[in-house]
Amino acid sequence: MKTFYWLVKREFWEHKGGFITAPIVAGAIAFVLNAMLIAVGEAHTAMGNFHSNFSRAYEDADLVQAGAVIDGLLYGMTYLVLIVTAIVVFFYCLGALYDDRRDRSILFWKSLPLSDTDTVLSKVASAILVAPAVAVVVGVVTGLMLAIMFAMVGTYHGISIWPLLMQAHPLKVIVNLVLLIPLYAIWALPTVGWLMLCSAWARSKPFLWAIALPLGTGAVIAWMGLMGGVHGISSNYWHYVAGRLLGGLIPGGWLTEASSLAGLDTSNPAAALDKVNLAYHYSTLAQPSLWIGAIAGIAMIAGAIWFRRWRDES
Amino acid sequence: MTAVVTANGLTKRYKSQLALDGASFQIGAGRIVGLIGPNGAGKTTALKAILGLTTFDGHLDVLGLDPRKDRDRLMEQVCFIADVAVLPRWLRVGEAIDFVANTHPRFDRAKCESFLARTKLQPKQRVKQLSKGMIVQLHLALVMSIDAKLLVLDEPTLGLDILYRKQFYQTLLEDYFDEDKTILVTTHQVEEIEHILTDLMFIRDGKIVLDADMEAVGERFAEVLVSADMAAAARELKPLDERQVFGKSIFLFDNVSRPELERLGEVRRPSIGDLFVATMKGTYA
Repeated sequence: MKTFYWLVKREFWEHKGGFITAPIVAGAIAFVLNAMLIAVGEAHTAMGNFHSNFSRAYEDADLVQAGAVIDGLLYGMTYLVLIVTAIVVFFYCLGALYDDRRDRSILFWKSLPLSDTDTVLSKVASAILVAPAVAVVVGVVTGLMLAIMFAMVGTYHGISIWPLLMQAHPLKVIVNLVLLIPLYAIWALPTVGWLMLCSAWARSKPFLWAIALPLGTGAVIAWMGLMGGVHGISSNYWHYVAGRLLGGLIPGGWLTEASSLAGLDTSNPAAALDKVNLAYHYSTLAQPSLWIGAIAGIAMIAGAIWFRRWRDES
Repeated sequence: MTAVVTANGLTKRYKSQLALDGASFQIGAGRIVGLIGPNGAGKTTALKAILGLTTFDGHLDVLGLDPRKDRDRLMEQVCFIADVAVLPRWLRVGEAIDFVANTHPRFDRAKCESFLARTKLQPKQRVKQLSKGMIVQLHLALVMSIDAKLLVLDEPTLGLDILYRKQFYQTLLEDYFDEDKTILVTTHQVEEIEHILTDLMFIRDGKIVLDADMEAVGERFAEVLVSADMAAAARELKPLDERQVFGKSIFLFDNVSRPELERLGEVRRPSIGDLFVATMKGTYA
């Protein structure tokens, strides 16, 4: 366990810029952009409201809705930061088992009593557990800072700051987001597995292989469809194979597998947030396709471990 | 002698060529063995097999373990320096120490810090900021602080200036080597390790062509400086090699009795370099 902790720590030493700095920068940019929008809104109220839900909350003094909007803000900020982290993690996975083979520093790591299984799993854990956790923390903190800023603007318009903030549920949001990480991890397994397999296997240009193989296969299948041989395979292929191999890191991607929500009222944020709850997210676990993807991901990670152990560059 | 490494019929085939062709050898505890061979002779493949980095056919036993199956356990007892500059460039000196200290059960942190205190290395420095020589100092400090039974060095001083090269082997001898440790080293700079070796192995085309301790090498091989009139007599004793220097011929003999050679001229101990050149004649032809 101690070794595993240090292995993950090593990944964060190496990828501090991607795992920690990038989400913070993304959060900071989002914060500044929002501040600028508010400033514009305040300067030209005639141009309309940039934060219409807020203005509605102000008008109706409907604090429950305002709280839901703040919660939504925390989710939204985290989503934004998670997208940045997802892009970082995508390229991280492609390089994770390749970069040290290219610069031969793999020989140093292999001179230590570290099992290849631990090494690969520490990279998987960094990609789908620790990096998203960092993104959640950064996202929620940014969201809270934004909420405080909005509340202060609200005070300016005569709405007391504390009751407004008290209507938000930052702890609930954090708990929800943290509890979604395992689902995210399960959903991302095929993508992470595929990228790491390419990373461990390719003698050069893992990026090209990882992209070209699924796209090329898709093109061949589409062509066969056009030739009139097979029908209906192509869209399934893009959805269930190429999509899962390359797009699994997109946060919330599992919702494409969820049954659609009936009666979602976007003009009522509190009720809407209530409906898109953890139970709804986790209902996707009932979909076999999610599990088939996860099993394929685990198999590809096992393949990556095998290549990590035996790939012999000479 | 307890064997640290025992190889029998070690064979490794890459797609087109045979890198190891039934090599058999034994390395005893407390020895410093030089594995010397021309480029492409199978040195690195042999080391890779010992370190469990490649598959192979034949029998190989390292410290009682099969490197293919028990690599993780084996690496607690075996260290290696592949060649210079394999430390990851992003790593900081302090991080390297922290990492090895927390993942290697036989690492002595205090020892490592005292080694590094003798150098100019600073904990905050990244490997990419270090010179080649300093990278090797760091690597050597890490490796020497691990109480391992076998240390494998593959061209450890490649590309270093002579000050670092001398220091490398001197530190290794003075501060690391003892009768419980075994060192296996490959290098092209034969003359620099000649005086520290206890055993010598020549490898050619994947086969071990010479395997002897240094004492035996001194007894077996002799170099004789022969004047022109005795040259014909010398050739009859089937020398390994003959070269001309200042009108005289230098003959290299294997297993010819001392008195017989002394009749021909002045007898000397051949350098490993000369022995190597004679043994490997025609390798690249």
